[in-house]
Amino acid sequence: MFLTDTIAAVSTGMTNSGIGIVRISGSEAFEIADRVFKTKKGNVRIAEMKSHTLHYGYIYEDDKIIDEVLLTVMKAPNTYTTEDTIEINCHGGITVVNKVLETVLKNGARTAQPGEYTKRAFLNGRIDLSQAEAVIDIIHAKNQYALSNSVNQLNGAVSEKIKVIREKIINSIAYIEAALDDPEHISLDGYGKELQFTVDEIKNELKKLLDSFDNGRILCEGIKTVILGKPNAGKSSFLNALIGEERAIVTEIEGTTRDTLEENILINGINLNIIDTAGIRDSEDKVEQIGVERAKKCAEQAELILYVLDSSRNLDENDKKILEIIKEKKAVFLYNKSDLHPVLELEEIRKITDAPVIKISAKHGDGIEEFSHLIKEMFLKKKIGGNDEIFITSARQKNDIFNAYQSIVMVEQSIREEVSEDFYTIDFMNAYESLGRVIGEAVEEDLVNTIFNRFCMGK
Amino acid sequence: MNGYMEENYDVLVVGAGHAGCEAALASARLGLNTILFTVSVDSIALMPCNPNIGGSSKGHLVREVDALGGEMGKNIDKTFIQSKMLNASKGPAVHSLRAQADKKDYSQKMRETLENTDNLTIRQAEVSEILVENGKITGAKTFSGAVYHVKAVILCTGTYLRARCIYGDVSNATGPNGLQAANHLTDCLKSLGIEMYRFKTGTPARVDKRSIDFTKMEVQKGDERVVPFSFSTDPESVQKEQEVCWLTYTNNQTHEIIRENIHRSPLFSGVIEGTGPRYCPSIEDKVMKFADKERHQIFVEPEGLYTNEMYLGGMSSSLPEDIQYRMYRTVPGLENVKIVRNAYAIEYDCINPEQLLPTLEFKKIQGLFSAGQFNGSSGYEEAAAQGIVAGINAAMEILGKEQIIIDRSQGYIGVLIDDLVTKENHEPYRMMTSRAEYRLLLRQDNADLRLTSVGYQVGLVSKEVYDRVERKRKLIEEEVKRLSEVMIGANQKTQIFLEKYGSSELKTGVTLAELIRRPELDYDKVAELDSERKELPCEVIEQVNIQIKYEGYITRQLKQVEQYKKLEGKKLKPDFDYSQVKGMRKEAIQKMNLYQPLSVGQASRISGVSPADISVLLVYLEQQRGNRGGKSER
Repeated sequence: MFLTDTIAAVSTGMTNSGIGIVRISGSEAFEIADRVFKTKKGNVRIAEMKSHTLHYGYIYEDDKIIDEVLLTVMKAPNTYTTEDTIEINCHGGITVVNKVLETVLKNGARTAQPGEYTKRAFLNGRIDLSQAEAVIDIIHAKNQYALSNSVNQLNGAVSEKIKVIREKIINSIAYIEAALDDPEHISLDGYGKELQFTVDEIKNELKKLLDSFDNGRILCEGIKTVILGKPNAGKSSFLNALIGEERAIVTEIEGTTRDTLEENILINGINLNIIDTAGIRDSEDKVEQIGVERAKKCAEQAELILYVLDSSRNLDENDKKILEIIKEKKAVFLYNKSDLHPVLELEEIRKITDAPVIKISAKHGDGIEEFSHLIKEMFLKKKIGGNDEIFITSARQKNDIFNAYQSIVMVEQSIREEVSEDFYTIDFMNAYESLGRVIGEAVEEDLVNTIFNRFCMGK
Repeated sequence: MNGYMEENYDVLVVGAGHAGCEAALASARLGLNTILFTVSVDSIALMPCNPNIGGSSKGHLVREVDALGGEMGKNIDKTFIQSKMLNASKGPAVHSLRAQADKKDYSQKMRETLENTDNLTIRQAEVSEILVENGKITGAKTFSGAVYHVKAVILCTGTYLRARCIYGDVSNATGPNGLQAANHLTDCLKSLGIEMYRFKTGTPARVDKRSIDFTKMEVQKGDERVVPFSFSTDPESVQKEQEVCWLTYTNNQTHEIIRENIHRSPLFSGVIEGTGPRYCPSIEDKVMKFADKERHQIFVEPEGLYTNEMYLGGMSSSLPEDIQYRMYRTVPGLENVKIVRNAYAIEYDCINPEQLLPTLEFKKIQGLFSAGQFNGSSGYEEAAAQGIVAGINAAMEILGKEQIIIDRSQGYIGVLIDDLVTKENHEPYRMMTSRAEYRLLLRQDNADLRLTSVGYQVGLVSKEVYDRVERKRKLIEEEVKRLSEVMIGANQKTQIFLEKYGSSELKTGVTLAELIRRPELDYDKVAELDSERKELPCEVIEQVNIQIKYEGYITRQLKQVEQYKKLEGKKLKPDFDYSQVKGMRKEAIQKMNLYQPLSVGQASRISGVSPADISVLLVYLEQQRGNRGGKSER
């Protein structure tokens, strides 16, 4: 049987670390552990051990000791999956951990599918869908903000918010329905106006959640950033200054960076996924041309463009091209080589753009601090720091919330067109269902499986 | 008294109320030898409460019954004395037809139809036992001892099982209007393991017309142009002189009397054990529940053309006789009123309908069907709707053909039956528009388009009627298509036309359909821009107008239906032990085992089964499918 059988997997990373944990969950977790584990004194049955206790002993394959371990006993229902759970803390070599897992599997457990532990937690009713998704995000969290947001979500912050909005929607539906059923006692006269107020409220709240998606995604996935600039403006040097190591090749020869390089940098708690590009200029060189094309493409998709200007040279055709590319984009102008005597005036740049301009010296690492401060300003807008803000991080959630938002807009339209009230409930109901899907309170066929497939093994 | 008389029939119907009549007619018309039992032949299709058919959402049911080939719509078209389309100012989904009936005439005409239907025998007797062998119906026995061998029994006992009429501390062991109660069948049903409930309902007093001062009341007239209930009735045949009804109100004095004497109500004193309908409350319920309401409506309606009795709609009560007099006489126009029949509450046995399949057959007894108030519903229309479904399905079972289940997206009948057999029901169930989630598609005006084909397939609807409906469908489709294609230029003629109706100017050409969609315009109004328009029947025009005007909403509702059908299409095995589905909560397992839903969709509507349980079930089903395909578990 699928949901009752006992599953096992290595729950720590597959690297040679200090310890590795093999987790067993299911109705036979204790029996299986009994078969492979013995304490020094032996003969204490795990079922008789106290819940949430740690036991020193050995893992045996037949009579042979495989590893010296600490075994955690956690009894249902106060466990991650709400099932009986065993965690075997082994020594951390890949070989040992695998050997322990193999032994456990031989003794009756089955390999857990990715996400199966969390899936069980969900199916056993311990967490709802948005909480399950939060678990994924916690695992994948790249920085402290993403982590604290995920933890908030795991604690049900998104669910709470969605539930409040759903409540408002269902109350509006209920009122209309009640009036249709009992027009003698409940009147819909002038209800449209009253409803408009509620609809505005709901719309604003959904809008806030939607807006938070971009922030949320930035938190989780980082900002797609592209460095542009004409050849030898100092793009790679700037990147190196950020990274603090010589990652990109820097030479005095124009056109050294022929391909694009990608780098993930954590600045002030924000992840920048930086792509360094070849300098933009008209070139006869085939390889370099391809690089230039690619740079343009990257720039189109970028959420942030770092435009490195060479203050030792005047603006030329190549700069014009770049300015054309970044016209509609969020950009930061980096006035490089500010340690040298500038040919290009800072004022001149300010005239051609409203984007922030920062004086840097890539070579000496000047201006990096100002830059990192600016990034935080630009993308976090002081929204982060407190724990009360909630950010939507999953595209699935965003999509459902967006659908709900659209349905509410349609209700608004119906009110405006003074359509009879009995029509409102169609779109209200759609909004209600869409929001239900966010937290798993509306049933959708493949939703559950889709979500848990995003998990890694052992969670 | 042991089986001194024996006869053979295919189908035996117990009770000749609105459910029993439709059930017996459907069965007999489908060619099955049918016998209909009633405790009084004079009371066939009796209307023991309100003198009208239809009303909000109930009008829908009547039209659906008609589309399936039932009788109620035709019968009220013959016998109505006033007719009105309710909620005409609201959207088309909540328009509802309601007609005042001449009660005596209604009953008489229905009896005439029954008596002249082939294969149908009417018998006055009390059925006291049903005979079951090996979980299958074999017959029934009357109180006098006669035995009838049958293949199916349809129980439509209404409010007659162990009936008790109560007002104040007076309690009579009779059915409505003093008719004989059926006191014996309950024990037999219980011994067969059928779970029984006890429900109550009530009715207001009937008063003498001559004692009413109508000058103090508002007159309520019927519509100028009457729309017939039945799609087969010639609209011209129903245009006739109509009776009027009257509206008056209770007041503080009325409420004061009720409050002062509430302790004498059998409901409050505990004499009544049955559960009453929340949506059809007595006046004392209303006064206690809506304490801040200064007045409640009273509709004064004639009981028929040849009687002075008037029905006081909205004033049902089980208060003692003297209090009834006092409270009625506080009402403007009723100061000197004389009561002909007292208001009373009635208690009766019915079943927990969870024991039924959506076909209205008992899950545990093959060939036993039931319909109407016996299933825990209230209302004539709800009864008729179940009656026809039970009649059809009993016949289909005997004929070895597929039974019908109307789903929630097909009709109010589907909603009604699904609610009854799936959702916990602790009070008489009344149909309401709010219960139908796809109500924009389930309009009363398109019941024929939705259900005639079902009636035709089972054999209740003639080829002629079916063809007529299909012709109508085709005309509608063609006209909608045409209107979506005809372009109207932004020329001067158009702009003048638009200005006339206060509609904004055109910037570019649009289709006629787009113009019809504007709130201030409709199909009729754009006629002057539509040079190629053919003359079409008004019922086609009505559909075209609705389909175009509300296209956006209809499309969105159709999407919802699509979603609904997905889960509805996931069938579940009968007699399955859900404790095998680990991960499902205990309460859900119990409910699933009890209800044995036919689909995941139905399961999702059972109270006590959560979305998480359904997710578990879906995962389980997926897994089972995988296993059957030979995929190993490990």
